[in-house]
Amino acid sequence: MSFTETLLRGEQGLFKSESLTPMQKITLRFVVVGLVFYGFAVIEGMLMRLYEVRPLPVVSEEQFFAILTAHPLVGIFGSTYSLVCGAFLFLVPFLMKKPLWSIRLANLTWIFIAGGTLLFWGAGFVSHYAPLYTLYWPLPADFTQFSVLGGTAFILGIAVVMLGSAFFVINVFKTITYTPEGWSKQPAGRLLASALGWSGFRNLFRRKKGEHLVPLPVAAIARGSVDMALNTTVILFTGILILVYMVAALGGVSLARTAVDALLYKNWFWWGLDLIADGLVLIFVAGTWYLLATLITGKNLFFQNIARAALLLELIVSWTVWSHHLLSDQAQPAVLKVVSGEMVTAFELITQGLAFFITLATLWSARPLKMTNELKFLLGGLLGFALAVPAGIMQADVGLNRILHNTQWIVGPHVHVAILVGLTMTLYSAVYLLLPILTNGAKLYSQKLADFHFWAHLVGGIGMGAFMGMAGLQGMLRRSLYIEGEFGVYMILAALSGSLLLLAFLAFFANIVMTVGLKGVLGIFARPKVDTADLVPAA
Amino acid sequence: MVDSSVVLWGQTLAYTLYCLAMILLMAWFSYRVTRGDQATPVKPAVFYSFVGFLAVLGVSLHIVTYNTIPWSEMDLNRGDYTPDRTFSITVADHEFHLPSDRLLIECGETVLFDVTSSDLTYGFGLFRSDHSMVFQMQVVPGHRNDILWKFEREGTYSIRSTEYSGPRGVRMIVENAVEVGSCEPRTASLSVQTG
Repeated sequence: MSFTETLLRGEQGLFKSESLTPMQKITLRFVVVGLVFYGFAVIEGMLMRLYEVRPLPVVSEEQFFAILTAHPLVGIFGSTYSLVCGAFLFLVPFLMKKPLWSIRLANLTWIFIAGGTLLFWGAGFVSHYAPLYTLYWPLPADFTQFSVLGGTAFILGIAVVMLGSAFFVINVFKTITYTPEGWSKQPAGRLLASALGWSGFRNLFRRKKGEHLVPLPVAAIARGSVDMALNTTVILFTGILILVYMVAALGGVSLARTAVDALLYKNWFWWGLDLIADGLVLIFVAGTWYLLATLITGKNLFFQNIARAALLLELIVSWTVWSHHLLSDQAQPAVLKVVSGEMVTAFELITQGLAFFITLATLWSARPLKMTNELKFLLGGLLGFALAVPAGIMQADVGLNRILHNTQWIVGPHVHVAILVGLTMTLYSAVYLLLPILTNGAKLYSQKLADFHFWAHLVGGIGMGAFMGMAGLQGMLRRSLYIEGEFGVYMILAALSGSLLLLAFLAFFANIVMTVGLKGVLGIFARPKVDTADLVPAA
Repeated sequence: MVDSSVVLWGQTLAYTLYCLAMILLMAWFSYRVTRGDQATPVKPAVFYSFVGFLAVLGVSLHIVTYNTIPWSEMDLNRGDYTPDRTFSITVADHEFHLPSDRLLIECGETVLFDVTSSDLTYGFGLFRSDHSMVFQMQVVPGHRNDILWKFEREGTYSIRSTEYSGPRGVRMIVENAVEVGSCEPRTASLSVQTG
């Protein structure tokens, strides 16, 4: 086939979008949305990297901070949420061997996430609304710096995304517990207990181990979804609070901003936000590692009961760690700083360390393995968290936080290495693994592009985190600007590493487009021609 | 008190060594997992030892830092200390308002910085002339934000907001706002002058 033919019809014309089931189409729609927003986030990230080297004449400072505000939200909600929701809405019914509870709700989920992300991104782009994702009170309601109208559209966009994530949570739990038409009555209560980890926890103390009604990856998805439900509630409530101030301002009424206690608000909001960073992300990642390890090796998971118990422990830990974000807040009670901020946070070293060990032990037990794309990306993801979690534990220390808080150290070796190397490489592993299942056997266009994708992403991600971290240790702040080139060398090296990430993404994107073809990509969004509740076409 | 730059060097060294060890471990694992004639399961004893190691590491990190980083204990129990000097600073409309143009401190003094914001959440950080950080804290409106610090090195420091408070707050910097006097014993300096 010629290049043009492959570009239009995909590698060897193997991908036929009309053969896809509704479930395959929905999942692929999530993937396309997730990758497009990942592209947004990478380009935004690269713009900021260049700006940190030397301010760009075409980008004003207000625009820079609007990008800084939108960038993590587009990355987490637009990209990661889309990829995760798509993968899990397919995997839960796949592993439970029953249809998804509602295909309609699944479609609404990706539409709300994509629509909401476009709305808040567009509002930030046009109005330069820039209170950052932290929304520290009363900054989001400071209308001397920000447009009320732009802010209203921004907050509404976030609220729409949150509704999409609420639809996802409902669909996951209903799919686990419901009884499909024509089936015998399902034990909803026992299924829920198994999904939430209660039965696995009891097994630790029983001589005769009880049966697990829910596979381990589904248990991880269910537990992560609990955190997702809670953070959705917190973010929605906070959004409504901010909207009250905005609507009043639009009506010409200025509400007293001191009516909201800034420290109490900070505790509340970080409790909810941290359910993403230290909750569902870690739990979903651990579950995905377990799934990938068992699918790659074809073997049972090493120490499965302990893995289940660790997921339950992680869920509880995730509800009580938020105070590590307030170690530099002097009015925060010392007991919260030490117990929640330091001690409970240190448990994440244990829970994530367990998941790391269990995954490696499962892979080791199946030696020799072929170094496939899914295996190498899984190993990259494991390395990412192995580097990023200890960095987080170090900064969650009363003494060290005094000289690390809000520096580039936090956002480099911890946040970006965790998200870009740890989380994203794990998701890429799942994409490479699920691609043949979701496309009914489409063939990857180029292994060389996949290899380049791996190395450029790994080196770029670790390199960028390392150079940002070095600048942070020298005192460079994360939410500020240095226009005199104070940290120029580090920022140039970080920008070069960032450009590797951009090239890696472009290679991956081109590889996927050439695999399924442009007609195939459009076909994914067309109405399905196969009318079935099955996940994949009957053989 | 040990200078914060010394603590940062220690951390840089420890974390760099850890990262190199972890990258080498994963490279070794990636090589070995594709080789080997037959699969060998991991012994439970190895697993439990690893769990024990993580537990000890997680808890001991904070115990070690509490006992080795001098400002940790002082910060958590600052109500028990009597400062040699107190500076009350206010922040409003993206500007620091200092009690005098330059805050003068004698070497060896324990100083309390009491910072109040009347509008937004800001940060309060002290920076050396090479832009490295001495310390920082958050400044939350409606609450007391105080930090106690012992100065044992001569130098001039700048104050900078370490928290984002909107684009207008990016250049909240007061250059050379804090000056710590000489740490040489006064008698020695006098004898040099007279001699």
